[in-house]
Amino acid sequence: MANPLDIPVVVDALSKTFKVPVREAGLGQSVMSLFKREFRDVEAVKEIRFTLDTGEIVGFLGPNGAGKTTTIKMLTGLLFPTAGTARVLGHEPWRREKELLRRIALVMGQRNNLAWDLPAVDSFELNKAIYGIPEDVFQKRKGEYIEILDVADIATKPIRNLSLGERMKMEIVAALLHGPEVLFLDEPTIGLDVTMQRRLRQFILDYNAQNGATVLLTSHYMADVSAMVSRVVVIDHGSILYDGPLAGLSDRFSAHKTIRVEATDLPEDLGQLGRVLERNPARASIEVRREDVSTVAGHLLAVATVTDLAIEETPLEDVIDRVFTSESGGSDDTQN
Amino acid sequence: MRYYRAGMRIGFQREIQYRVRAFLMLFGFMIEPTIYLVVWTSVADAQGGEIAGLTTGTLAAYYIVWTLVRVYNLAYAPDAWEWRIREGRLNEFLSQPIHPFHRDFTFFAGAKFVWTLAWIPVAVFLTLIFDPVFDWAVINVVGFVIALWGGFIVRFLMLYALGMINFWTTRGSAIFGIFIASELVLSGRLVPLELMPHWISDIAAWLPFKWTFQFPIDTFIGRLSPQEIVSGIGFQAFWSIVLALVFVLVWNRAIRRYGAVGN
Repeated sequence: MANPLDIPVVVDALSKTFKVPVREAGLGQSVMSLFKREFRDVEAVKEIRFTLDTGEIVGFLGPNGAGKTTTIKMLTGLLFPTAGTARVLGHEPWRREKELLRRIALVMGQRNNLAWDLPAVDSFELNKAIYGIPEDVFQKRKGEYIEILDVADIATKPIRNLSLGERMKMEIVAALLHGPEVLFLDEPTIGLDVTMQRRLRQFILDYNAQNGATVLLTSHYMADVSAMVSRVVVIDHGSILYDGPLAGLSDRFSAHKTIRVEATDLPEDLGQLGRVLERNPARASIEVRREDVSTVAGHLLAVATVTDLAIEETPLEDVIDRVFTSESGGSDDTQN
Repeated sequence: MRYYRAGMRIGFQREIQYRVRAFLMLFGFMIEPTIYLVVWTSVADAQGGEIAGLTTGTLAAYYIVWTLVRVYNLAYAPDAWEWRIREGRLNEFLSQPIHPFHRDFTFFAGAKFVWTLAWIPVAVFLTLIFDPVFDWAVINVVGFVIALWGGFIVRFLMLYALGMINFWTTRGSAIFGIFIASELVLSGRLVPLELMPHWISDIAAWLPFKWTFQFPIDTFIGRLSPQEIVSGIGFQAFWSIVLALVFVLVWNRAIRRYGAVGN
């Protein structure tokens, strides 16, 4: 069994409750709130538990308000928890010890950490001083990252003059200059075009492969998740619904697969085989129960002149959507 | 030290981007002391050219140096803390291995070099108009440079500690208003403390305000003996330590309340 101190991230029964002021609408209530403010407890994170192993890239998924960002903020020392414990590289993150903060990085897709009025290279220099990066290491990494992301010409322009995608590239470079062992990425590709998303993903994957860094990633783009992670932790209403392989998510939450078939003589009664998603004279898509996939495929091959047949998992977006829309948070197979 | 050099450089570089704004800010700084100067030199003139031992030339020197001292004691204001907490803007600082204090302090320290450059034409203009009397003794000039930075450190710590109130209340701006009113009266900002009732200068002696305004000004215009300059710098050091301790104590409690709202 691995020594707990060797596990980069250990989260145990971690909870966070916010006290939120509440009042009814209207002028009278506004005046009343001057004298008596009422508060309500909102449990943003409820006794969650998970670990991240060295070099692992884990997707942290959930709808807006699920508790993802709150968890990341606790793990990076921005927030004190209400209860529970967490250790990142052996440190309690909210103590914000320099030894820890020098070894982790937080990138938030909607936040700008670089000096707005200055070129990114100036902020890189500042980070060199903040993190105490030796000059030779700094120059090597900076050169490497700038070359890989092809940003030499924009690194010298003030941040305020860059596009969102260009800014994000600079944020990522700045966040990795000190060689963090654990990376917390909160929606790093939000608002970026597809090409830019792909480029950033590859950059992070390369960083992970070369440095063995542990990565916790939140993203609403399933393309990020399917391209980068092998394991996901799914959170909703502050509780963890699933922690396991990405492939297992479909098995657990989607009881169906999709059969796409092309044939010159498709039978009329496809509706008896499953839910017909698409139908035209030469092609059809049918959603069928997992256990019926082989029977239905066999039947189609027997009754029609099939030119192409593919069995596909339910798209990840749909699986995730089912996870969050299902009241119990369990499987969409109501029979189980 | 390595960080302080880099942080101050960033502060300088950021501010130089907005040099016109810096000049306009300094130009705006002329208005407040000019009003005081006109009022008090008129009073002095009416009393035969002197009031409470201050000649019109000394008063002019006082308020011209005032403008530079004001530039130097500009610090991170408590109402900016209110914004920073409300918008979650502390997040970017807290995730780095350096205390936000150092980030803010070095930014302001670096920016002061730009503001000083913008101050020069303002000072020349005021000097030509009001005919001040300075005492350029070496001890005054050296003492002034130290006192100027000492005043900055004391005021920065005062405002930084005060800013912590925003972790408990959203009424930080109101409290900042009370601070500014107290400072006007107790620091020599409105008028040299000798022109105030005795009980006010007695209270001021026990508080840190005067070490951020009147002490550096008096040092430069030659109203203090070498012993008074040295002991004044000692008082600045004393208040810096006290305020730093207060800040650390409050910060350790305040930060537990930070909601880190937003992304």
